[in-house]
Amino acid sequence: MEFIMDHLLMLILFLPAVFAGIVLLLPRGQDNLVRWVAFVLSLVPFIFSLVLWLNFQKDVPGFQFQEQYAWYPSLNSTLHLGVDGISLSMILLTTLLTPLAILASFTIHDRVKAYMALFFLLEMGMLGVFMSLDLLLFFVFWEFGLVPMYFLINQWGSEKGERQIWGGRKIPARTYASFKFMIYTMAGSLGLLLAIQLIGVLAGTFDIPRLYQIVGTLSGSIMGISAGTVKAIAFWAFVIAFAIKVPVWPFHTWLPDAHTEAPTAGSMILAGVLLKLGAYGFLRLVLPLYPNESRQYAVALATLALMAIIFGALASFGQTDFKRLVAYSSVNHMGFVVLGVAAAAYAINTETANLALNGAILQMFNHGLSAAGMFFLVGVLYERTHTRDLNQFGGLFPLMPVYGGILIFTSMASLGLPGMGGFISEFLVVRGSWPIFTFITILGMIGLFFTGAYILKGIKMVLHGPLNENWVGHLKEINAREIFIITPLMVLSLVVGIWPAWILDVINSAVRLFFQGA
Amino acid sequence: MGFPVLSVITFTPIIAGLLILLIPANRKTEVRMAALAAATFALILSVWVYFSYDTPTAGYQFVEQYNWLPQLGISYHVGVDGMNTPLVLLTGIVMFTGVLISWGIDDRPREFFAFLFILATGVFGVFVALDLFMLFFFYEIAVFPMFLLIAIWGWKVTREYAAMKLTLYLFIGSVVALVGALAMYFTSGLGTFDMIALEGAGFSADFQKLWFPFVFLGFAVLGGIFPFHNWSPDGHVAAPTAVSMFHAGVLMKLGAFAALRVGIMLLPEGAKFWMPWVILLTLVNVVYGAFIAMVQSDFKYVIGFSSVSHMGLVAMGFATLNSDGMLGAGMQMFSHGVMTALFFAVVGMVYDQAHTREIPKLGGIRKVMPILAPAFIIGGLVSMGMPGFSGFAAEFPIFMGVWQTAPWIAIVSAISIVVTAAYIIRIINRVFFGNVPAELEGHLQDVRVLDKVAVVVLCVVMIVVGVYPAIMSNMVQSGVDNILRLLGGA
Amino acid sequence: MTIDPSEILAILPEILLVVLALVVLVADLVLKDEQRRMLGWVTAGGLLFVIIPLLFFFRPTDGATFMWGGAIRVDMLGFVFKLLAYFGAAITAILAMDYEVIGKRGELYMLLIISTLGMSVMVMAADLILLYVAIETTSIPLYALAGMRTKSDKSVESGFKYLLFGAMASAIMLYGFSLLYGMTGQTNIYLLAEAFQLGTASGTPLLYGSLLIILVGFAFKISAVPMHFWAPDVYEGAPTPIAGFLSTASKAAGFAVLLRVFLVAFPEYATQWGMILAVISTITMTIGNMIALAQKNIKRLLAYSSIAHAGYALIGVAVASQLGVTSVTYYMIAYLATNLAAFAVVGIYGRIAGSDEISAYAGLSRRSPGLALVMMVALLSLAGMPPFGGFVAKVFVFAAAVDAGLIWLAVVGVINSIIGLYYYLTVLKIVYLYRSEGDEVPLEVSRSSWFALGLLVAAILLIGTVFAPWFNWASQSALAMF
Repeated sequence: MEFIMDHLLMLILFLPAVFAGIVLLLPRGQDNLVRWVAFVLSLVPFIFSLVLWLNFQKDVPGFQFQEQYAWYPSLNSTLHLGVDGISLSMILLTTLLTPLAILASFTIHDRVKAYMALFFLLEMGMLGVFMSLDLLLFFVFWEFGLVPMYFLINQWGSEKGERQIWGGRKIPARTYASFKFMIYTMAGSLGLLLAIQLIGVLAGTFDIPRLYQIVGTLSGSIMGISAGTVKAIAFWAFVIAFAIKVPVWPFHTWLPDAHTEAPTAGSMILAGVLLKLGAYGFLRLVLPLYPNESRQYAVALATLALMAIIFGALASFGQTDFKRLVAYSSVNHMGFVVLGVAAAAYAINTETANLALNGAILQMFNHGLSAAGMFFLVGVLYERTHTRDLNQFGGLFPLMPVYGGILIFTSMASLGLPGMGGFISEFLVVRGSWPIFTFITILGMIGLFFTGAYILKGIKMVLHGPLNENWVGHLKEINAREIFIITPLMVLSLVVGIWPAWILDVINSAVRLFFQGA
Repeated sequence: MGFPVLSVITFTPIIAGLLILLIPANRKTEVRMAALAAATFALILSVWVYFSYDTPTAGYQFVEQYNWLPQLGISYHVGVDGMNTPLVLLTGIVMFTGVLISWGIDDRPREFFAFLFILATGVFGVFVALDLFMLFFFYEIAVFPMFLLIAIWGWKVTREYAAMKLTLYLFIGSVVALVGALAMYFTSGLGTFDMIALEGAGFSADFQKLWFPFVFLGFAVLGGIFPFHNWSPDGHVAAPTAVSMFHAGVLMKLGAFAALRVGIMLLPEGAKFWMPWVILLTLVNVVYGAFIAMVQSDFKYVIGFSSVSHMGLVAMGFATLNSDGMLGAGMQMFSHGVMTALFFAVVGMVYDQAHTREIPKLGGIRKVMPILAPAFIIGGLVSMGMPGFSGFAAEFPIFMGVWQTAPWIAIVSAISIVVTAAYIIRIINRVFFGNVPAELEGHLQDVRVLDKVAVVVLCVVMIVVGVYPAIMSNMVQSGVDNILRLLGGA
Repeated sequence: MTIDPSEILAILPEILLVVLALVVLVADLVLKDEQRRMLGWVTAGGLLFVIIPLLFFFRPTDGATFMWGGAIRVDMLGFVFKLLAYFGAAITAILAMDYEVIGKRGELYMLLIISTLGMSVMVMAADLILLYVAIETTSIPLYALAGMRTKSDKSVESGFKYLLFGAMASAIMLYGFSLLYGMTGQTNIYLLAEAFQLGTASGTPLLYGSLLIILVGFAFKISAVPMHFWAPDVYEGAPTPIAGFLSTASKAAGFAVLLRVFLVAFPEYATQWGMILAVISTITMTIGNMIALAQKNIKRLLAYSSIAHAGYALIGVAVASQLGVTSVTYYMIAYLATNLAAFAVVGIYGRIAGSDEISAYAGLSRRSPGLALVMMVALLSLAGMPPFGGFVAKVFVFAAAVDAGLIWLAVVGVINSIIGLYYYLTVLKIVYLYRSEGDEVPLEVSRSSWFALGLLVAAILLIGTVFAPWFNWASQSALAMF
């Protein structure tokens, strides 16, 4: 027991890798066994995260549950793990969504073992980013998460659809989407990589807490480039990398493709957790490491966030593909996260900034729940109809009343209906950024209006209106397993909406403590 | 002096090779078993050397020295330090896996293994040599079996051309370097070929500037440096699988290593003077190699050019002349060696069955040879420098080093990472996934168990080094420190 | 006139050779036709009987002594090159045994021994007259040997050509000798240098002229450009073992004489003749290699290659330094074993295949992996690859050039060895890669041939890996010249 408490983070982080190995070693052809074993195993990190949550002391400053081991001594890089309130909520989100996603993957029939193993590796990659207190390690996990995701999209993504590429050759849409996802994020990471190297060269360490302390005093130069310039370059490299991942307009074009072509569970994780990595990067690295640059360029960032909110919503409204609609909604929702971050960057360590940050982080959590839920529900429908074309649906409510109810509930959570989590977080973001970027926030509210519009459009075109007779007798109601998946997401949305204090306290104290020194 | 482990490692292959020649030609299984036994023995010893190398003590260990030709100060002097211990291990690994993969060679396997083992002795000898003459001696031993291996057992279409091209290129490089080495010997006035002694010879700056390009480039030819890289893709492609593995996996390291040991370590001032130009050449290697790899339609050519690109990174790391860069280069030599051995192993297995390497004509290999897809993917991830694999642990420090000397080069060469990702992904998609083309349907079978063992060994090594780089980096760092000392703390 | 026993001992090997020649003659009469093959063994055994005492009891390690009134000089240079000649002759005798018809003729062995005797005297002669006699003693049997296959037009042509060119070169050389005598009144090589310094001849055009004229004779012996053109025709026509002997032992003896005469008699003019030799070396290497590239006949290829090798070895002479002489001597040691091996394989295979065309070597490695292996060892050693003798030999020669500051000469050598590698590899490629009809049929190679081949391969490997003893010999030879 003591061992577990001492090495809680290591266990949460690396157990998934062990599980991946276990899953691969299961006998061939026993798909059901593999599924259940994977599901049960995936609960273990979740349980450990709950333990972590319960043992976390929210009023203690700094990182908790720290562990540090030698990793790459020649480069002064260590395996340094630790959590604070910000990462804790993300870890909880990740470990919660993974079992649900695995459960949602029970309909996968092709190479189940490989699929589940990749899923575990994906989980490890994401958790590593949230836990790393070493810049190099951060990057390691940051990049590593790409690989399983790439193969999940590439191999298990939707089988239909073709895309024409240059040269007029047609390739499967999932190949196109996965390639775009990979190259986009890798290109972004490249800048991140180079910037990390620059920082490493300049500071001589990759340890994040240490960097926090010395970043302000960094001097010296590399080949005649002053430390200030280096920091400015590194700042932009970080921002672009994270902006691609979030994604901030105009770096978002990979997202609709990737989300649309990914398998249901992949979309859930992609929207639920992977996008948060970018936002987390802003919070963990950009704001504390480059406070001055952040303030300087906060307006630009806020403007981009506004674009994301508005264009995301408009684009979403224009879709006829249900999954693309949900995908663009992510752009829209993540825009609020970035808006909060930008506001906080502009006026760091003020009350309003803290409010905005609280909102942003809570929005990350909430969007994780609602987006995962939405993608799952789209997936449920797709499995039954094998189409995502909104024009093919219509009037399905009578055929699947339970599903309809759940869809409406989840949509409302996504919409930010008061009483749901989304409302609280978006309210906090808007409240926080209002005094800082009044004009931008006002325009953002317009975006919020469109959010309502596209959500309602989606509901209308699926559930209401004239019934497409083709579906009569072919549509089965949502089943128990699926309800079991969606329930925690709905419950949590509701709980956060009604009683946000349980999580907001943790986030709020983390924000205060974390940015106090900055 | 203890057990002369390095000598035993060095001469095990050649003795085994000669013994194999005594086996009657038709006893092919016995030939293979003998080869495997020798390779296993060498692998065990090299692993033992690797893990018993005392990193905190650093310096040259397992040293043996005997007079060879005392009149001219030539001695048989071997020893390993942090830089070459991993390379000895690499050679052991590649030799072992190479033998496993060559199990299926049916045309004169006896001669094949004999030549392969002579090659291995040459490689081991260069890596452990502490005497300049001895280094050349083994260097040339490593070159000539290559000719026969490629010409006899290679790909029928280009083997004669490629074998000749390769041998001549390498021979030219080495004799040019040899003249430089002789100049060093006589100029030093020490009357010894001992490299440790020559390190302290104190050559004049003019002398170093004059001779450095000859010595460095002479060896770097084997390291595939631009514009002398031309032999390498042709050679790689024409060679039989195990030889390609050896060739790209180990032999190219030989060039890079010798360029380091003789060029940079003995002529540090020359190195400092010429490095800005060398780094430019390596930049061309890195970027141009990657782009050329991207447009190849022959599977093996893609890998061949990727080697050019990756070996460019090794040379680039050396060219930085700083701690990070050289550490990375040292790691990259090992990492690339294992990775490219794996690549060529996979290519060979695919070709053996499909009899084509045209990427558009392949597909769905995953379905018939399930182990090859993950293996190639792991290799590919190493190749594109994905964190968690050895390639990252190697490339990251290289780039850090480059930042410190020539920032814009770091930025430009970083393009290669994306390009590498693009061509690796293309191969993964086109060759391993998708459906088996109709004309190959039914012609493909799964690979042998021994092939699987080889592939798994290589993958595991890359993952271990990637996940826990400290297992190698400390050792390499100790070697780098020694070089930095010679460079005067530059 | 009393003769000191030590003077007899000094020429004991030569006396033994004469005895051996007589034994062979007598045996030739006694033995029946089918037994005459045994003469090869008799010759080889006899030579061994000469080699062993020479090796163990007559090694002039403790400096040099003049004997027979200063006509011969017993020193390490003579010792090493004698050994080479005997070794070469022994191997040649063993290889000649299997040669049809002439292998069963006593004259062959007798002539071989007499020629060896000539070489043996040549390499220790300190007097110009004795030297000339020795050269002729070497050459005349060789003319006969080259033309020994009287049924073959080529062989006859070979012998005749060799005779004509040889006689002409000898005549020119003799003319040079007489000029030297005329200028100094001395025939002793060791007194010439002194005489030049004292006399009025020093630095005159006449001196340089006679130097050049002598060089012509020596160039013929070592087949250096421009006196090289006889070699391909003669080698091609001569019985292969004899061609091997010609290209090795005879050439080595030529180098010994070249070293002795130039270093001892003209040390004052080392810069001048050094330059001339450097140029000749360059041209010899280049022409030999370039023409070798185009050859279709293996014996002609080896002939041109041996011309090129004379060029490499000349580098060592041209630098005129102690290391230079050492390197030449070492080069000759390595070259002798190597080229003998190459000619041995060519001889054995040529007889079986009935052709000396390079293309006829297709399938050799399948018919006889062992023979192919020896071929590989020989060719790679010629190309200068370790662990074979040719590698170190080349390194030493280049080292001598670099040491003397003649880096350009080393570079020329390097470039040439690359060209050389190309055509050696081309042959190897055919041996190993190409197939021919009936290449599943194993080759029958006699035991005696295997014995000789094994000996040669062992020698090549020993020279290439354990350098110290041979290098010692070579450096002591060099010491004896300074």
